[in-house]
Amino acid sequence: MKDNILNLAGYQISHLIKKAEISEKEVFSFFYHRIENIDKQLKSFVEVYDPPLYYEGDSSLKGLPIAIKDNICIYGKRITCASKILSSHIAVYDATVIKRLKKAGLAIVGTTNMDEFAFGSSTENSCYGPTRNPWDLERIPGGSSGGSASAVACRLVPFALGSDTGGSIRQPASFCGVVGFKPTYGRVSRFGLVAFGSSLDQIGPITTNFSDCAHLLNIISGFDEFDSTTSHKPVPDFTKVLNYPIEGIKIGLPKEYFGKGLDNEVEKSILELISVFKKLGVKFKEISLPHTDYAVATYYIIAPSEASSNLQRFDGIRYGLRLGDDLMSVYKITRKEGFGEEAKRRIFIGTYSLSSGYYEDYYLRASKVRTLIKKDFEDAFKEVDVILTPTSPTPAFKLGEKSKDPLSMYLSDIYTISVNLAGLCAVSFPCGFSLQGLPIGAQLIGRAFDEETLIKLGSAFEKETDYHQRIPPIGRIK
Amino acid sequence: MVDKKTVDYVANLARIEISEEEKEYLLPQLSKILEYIDKLKELDVSKVEPTRGAFSEENILREDRVKSSEVFKDILKNAPSQYNNLFKIPQVLE
Repeated sequence: MKDNILNLAGYQISHLIKKAEISEKEVFSFFYHRIENIDKQLKSFVEVYDPPLYYEGDSSLKGLPIAIKDNICIYGKRITCASKILSSHIAVYDATVIKRLKKAGLAIVGTTNMDEFAFGSSTENSCYGPTRNPWDLERIPGGSSGGSASAVACRLVPFALGSDTGGSIRQPASFCGVVGFKPTYGRVSRFGLVAFGSSLDQIGPITTNFSDCAHLLNIISGFDEFDSTTSHKPVPDFTKVLNYPIEGIKIGLPKEYFGKGLDNEVEKSILELISVFKKLGVKFKEISLPHTDYAVATYYIIAPSEASSNLQRFDGIRYGLRLGDDLMSVYKITRKEGFGEEAKRRIFIGTYSLSSGYYEDYYLRASKVRTLIKKDFEDAFKEVDVILTPTSPTPAFKLGEKSKDPLSMYLSDIYTISVNLAGLCAVSFPCGFSLQGLPIGAQLIGRAFDEETLIKLGSAFEKETDYHQRIPPIGRIK
Repeated sequence: MVDKKTVDYVANLARIEISEEEKEYLLPQLSKILEYIDKLKELDVSKVEPTRGAFSEENILREDRVKSSEVFKDILKNAPSQYNNLFKIPQVLE
């Protein structure tokens, strides 16, 4: 039995635990061995808990290990956001999502690597060094939740949590060949997630398949009195739509997402995906999201502005690192030494955009363009139920390829960023492989609080293809 | 575009010391990013209302309640310097 669980979905393993065909301990030692043997090459974990933090609760995922991105608070454990400025910080409470995982009886096995404070698209901006893409160790896993995506792709854990501010769950999921879900803003509590862009951030699951994704969304979603931006809307049972017919669903293809800059192989995979959906009775329509070209510029004002405010609290007074002697030098030298390059760039852009004299031209103008981007989607959803795009213009790029040119890195998020600006839900899932053997991801974007349609479509596609069952070569050991 | 003076000004607002060496590479990078961002000026937004958050579900209000907090000691354990259950910081007033 133990050898077979590699190819099982998480909820299936949990079922075996309940039937006493395998013990929780055996499941943990199975995954722990994989972490021990494979993660030396991947470096997807920041910290591994041995033994894991087991909890008494119950759910359809009871007894399963899960990894947590290093920006979500786990009481009594180190939380660093892959930043020197927090490197010795111990969380003083559980994030709401962690409380819910405990109540569901999951076992937390450790924290995963990320771009510092989630600033990045490659997991290269980490004080621990980069995580590798399991499909090609010379390539990046995407970011900022690169550790979570890489670990899940290699089956070091059945699933993990990430956070998504501009694509940080979906883009690494796409580069690693797994399912990465960004729920609607307000669906999942942000309490205990270290804030980056508070009007954009959302926690979500990274899994190998849509069933586990639905089970995890059931556990982590819902109103939380500690996050006033969570919605009171009732949370449906997301597993109910896993075997649903998808005939008659109308998908929009935004013409702005299929133009210049899109890699041929990525386009080819998306076209194949479309033909699979067509066979299943899905209808397609070309649509337009006319302000797409302004999304990256808008995002790179709004997100750094919010980030520069949120990061003011790291001043050497209450947390971890403190350098300097008089008050001003404590602030300035702690922040100089504690923050990495990309964090500083974003703080500078944000501070500049919000500073007097520039506010109207930058932050205020971007907030207005955000309204236009949001309205593009509102108009589109009058015509179609869901929108299909590539997740990223290319498959995973090489380590160092974009790290010297921040703007080219920012532009790699071009297809994922608008979703956060508009507060919608979206998922990336594997829809093919390049000739070089790199995964290619497709993105489905849904109406606010309509996660169900995305799950319906994704799980229907999974039944027709085997992309989600492929395991990277270095993960094929017993 | 951004010049050295602007970088110094913003660095001071952000309370981050930067070296001359950092300025050398930050300056062209920030200029390039801001130049890209300037494309937003192509749009006429004079009649558009700004969006501050993803959804505004009205004001969320609740009763103020006094509750005891257990995390006090844990919070202080993270302090770089403490004295008598208080954060110890450099002198603020002369």
